Amino acid sequence: MQAKTTILSLPTEEFVHPGTRACTGCGLAIAYRIGLKALGKDTMLIVPPSCLTVLQGLFPVASTKLPCLNVTFASTAAAATGILATLKTQGNQHTAVAAWAGDGGTSDIGLQALSGAAERGDNFIYFCYDNEGYMNTGVQRSGTTPIGAITANTPFKGKLQQKKDVPAIMAAHNLSYVAACSAAYPLDLHDKIIKCKDMPGTKYFHIHIPCPPGWGYDPRYGIKIGRLAVETGYYDLYEIVNGEFKLTAASEKLVEKRKLVPVREYFRAQSRFKILTDELIADIQNQIDVKWAGYYKQDE
Amino acid sequence: MGTRNYRRKTSHSEHGPGDGGRTGSWRVERPVIDQSLCIPCKRNKEACFICWLFCPDIVISRTIPPKIDLEYCKGCGICAEECPTKAITMVDEAKFSDEEKDKE
Amino acid sequence: MHIIENGNVAAALGVKLCRAAVIAAYPITPQTPVTERLSEYVEAGEMKAEYIHVESEHSALAVCIAASSTGARTFTATSSNGLLYMHEQVQWAAGARLPIVMCVVNRAISAPWNVWNDQQDSISQRDTGWIQMYCADHQQIIDSVIKAYWLAEKVSIPIMVCYDGYILSHTYMPFDVPDQERVDTFLPPFQPDYALNPEEPANLNTVTLPDVRMDVKGELAHGYMEIRYLLHEDLRKTLAVAADAEKRFAEIFGRGGDPYLEPYRCDDADYVAVGLGSITYQLRVAVDALRKEGINVGVLGVRFYRPFPDAAIAKALKGKKGVIVFEKALSYGYEGALASDLKSALYEHLAGTGHLPLVQNFIAGIGGREIRTDDLTQNFRAATRSRIAKEPVWIGLKL
Repeated sequence: MQAKTTILSLPTEEFVHPGTRACTGCGLAIAYRIGLKALGKDTMLIVPPSCLTVLQGLFPVASTKLPCLNVTFASTAAAATGILATLKTQGNQHTAVAAWAGDGGTSDIGLQALSGAAERGDNFIYFCYDNEGYMNTGVQRSGTTPIGAITANTPFKGKLQQKKDVPAIMAAHNLSYVAACSAAYPLDLHDKIIKCKDMPGTKYFHIHIPCPPGWGYDPRYGIKIGRLAVETGYYDLYEIVNGEFKLTAASEKLVEKRKLVPVREYFRAQSRFKILTDELIADIQNQIDVKWAGYYKQDE
Repeated sequence: MGTRNYRRKTSHSEHGPGDGGRTGSWRVERPVIDQSLCIPCKRNKEACFICWLFCPDIVISRTIPPKIDLEYCKGCGICAEECPTKAITMVDEAKFSDEEKDKE
Repeated sequence: MHIIENGNVAAALGVKLCRAAVIAAYPITPQTPVTERLSEYVEAGEMKAEYIHVESEHSALAVCIAASSTGARTFTATSSNGLLYMHEQVQWAAGARLPIVMCVVNRAISAPWNVWNDQQDSISQRDTGWIQMYCADHQQIIDSVIKAYWLAEKVSIPIMVCYDGYILSHTYMPFDVPDQERVDTFLPPFQPDYALNPEEPANLNTVTLPDVRMDVKGELAHGYMEIRYLLHEDLRKTLAVAADAEKRFAEIFGRGGDPYLEPYRCDDADYVAVGLGSITYQLRVAVDALRKEGINVGVLGVRFYRPFPDAAIAKALKGKKGVIVFEKALSYGYEGALASDLKSALYEHLAGTGHLPLVQNFIAGIGGREIRTDDLTQNFRAATRSRIAKEPVWIGLKL
């Protein structure tokens, strides 16, 4: 049984330099930094066009101390497959391969390649950092944008469709490991990476990423808002290990606590949700309550 | 002077700080740490370091006291918000004179 | 060793002999048998390679790009819409300067759907910065694959080896399969200047600015424009390197000659037909027929299409009365692609010299429309007598 990492036991080596072009208060920067600590030096990264491309830097300066391949938008997972293939021909079984793609690059344009790689059982970790929109291009809606969110191309009515449940799609590929994480809970993210590193096939991570310009809040509240998403039961931290679902960290504690913060608090904190009607909020609250009733029941 | 003799023909970047330039110039307020409230400072031993954990730009050192790299700190305020003892306050940049601007 | 096999098998044997280490495979007619045959070699243990069953052509080339960036010799094959689907990656591979070799088994593009042969697929990719070689028979297919790996790795530019779907891919011909030892002598293991690795980390192909910029070592690095210019400059230099490849190949395998052109009865010809691929061999029948009628004609096969061997072509056609381009593709809205490039080369080298031939353009075989040798002969004959039209003439059209 792996020991839980604390702030004091977290490895101190940094794999990212300061002075990146990431936005002030960027949630991805936190998740990426801690995620790389878990992955370690012997890792190759793949990145499609996304906020991370910019964070990683413009030629000829790179902010990350690890090797990284930039690839076309739709091909992240296929590129991971390609790197793995070469490592195999070189007899290298130790170097880890990790893809980091945004929600657009995963749930929309990148889904085909991701599904292909997962079906082939290619041995890498795929991280979807979900800031719930195409943020790098100026906040357009993606498959994982939540219902009601105002974006640059859902400017008055907000997104009309539900958030796409990508972890569920990936779980349907019978993966050894699927995880839902959040930038607000970096130690949970860290430990999940350590846990699954030696598991076979494709491992999928979905990381909730608060985004100040995209979500509309003062950057200092990024972690608070990330926490609120979990504390309201709206976004859950969990893992699916060989098909078995289990809530983790703060979400697991909520099952014992049996008290969720009203989801209205989460929506109120972000200007992208300003047009949500009471009706829709009540609807969403109901969906959350039903979901958690199920969790409570399983716990009994 | 041109780049004819540059050693590579592809977009091949090596790592280093400050790709975004002196990102400290972005901020409108800077974090100031009150050591009398800061837990590792008070206990004079490794403790807390929540500010170090959550800094998106890795500009807070994991030291006693934690030090802010003002060259790159963007002033997001996450450290101030997350500090459990409110030891960190965000102070308007305008309050610092030109000489003080580059020092802590 | 001489065997009788089809063109797809010739290609697969070439890839096997070149010891490609990572193969990406996705089916599309008429290329599929190439990768099927390769899967047999791999599963039977005859070939040591990682064989990836990708879920799309876009991913096929993505796998090759990533694998090549990490230091492996890679291969994939495609046709028609598969090539079109991976177009974004085609551009990427060239800009990333990766020595990928890809067979394009020429097939018409859609809409509407058509599985038969013409050359629109590869011709539509001529501006991407890939080297393009066209084959007229099975010997050229297997030899071109071998030459391609050497050349690609020498100049760090990807290469398309193109051959006609069905006409070459599925027909049977005798050809020589070189022995492994000789291929190993000709083609050493892949040694890239840089392969992605954690010991020497780098960030490849990220956003590159319009202007030059200082790197972390304090040196002034290229801007995007310089990187792209260097691709173009190296492509032009490839013409000379291709001649080296040809020479080396001839030394080791005892065959080969002109790296760019394949002339037939051109020396004393007044009128020369020009084409890419198997049509040039069909034109030889027309040439022989017209010669019997006393018309001095020849046919020039173009083996190397990109970089365009403009000087060699101009030299070969200098002083001819007429050049008649027969092709299976065009730049829609204007004229045949080869005809355009050829006219440009002739103009560049021969305008004002008094040796500039008249160029006429025929389009044939689009979507696999049968090219009757009689039609070739008739049109060729007519073109030697007068200028038939300024615009391209479509042979075999049944409007």
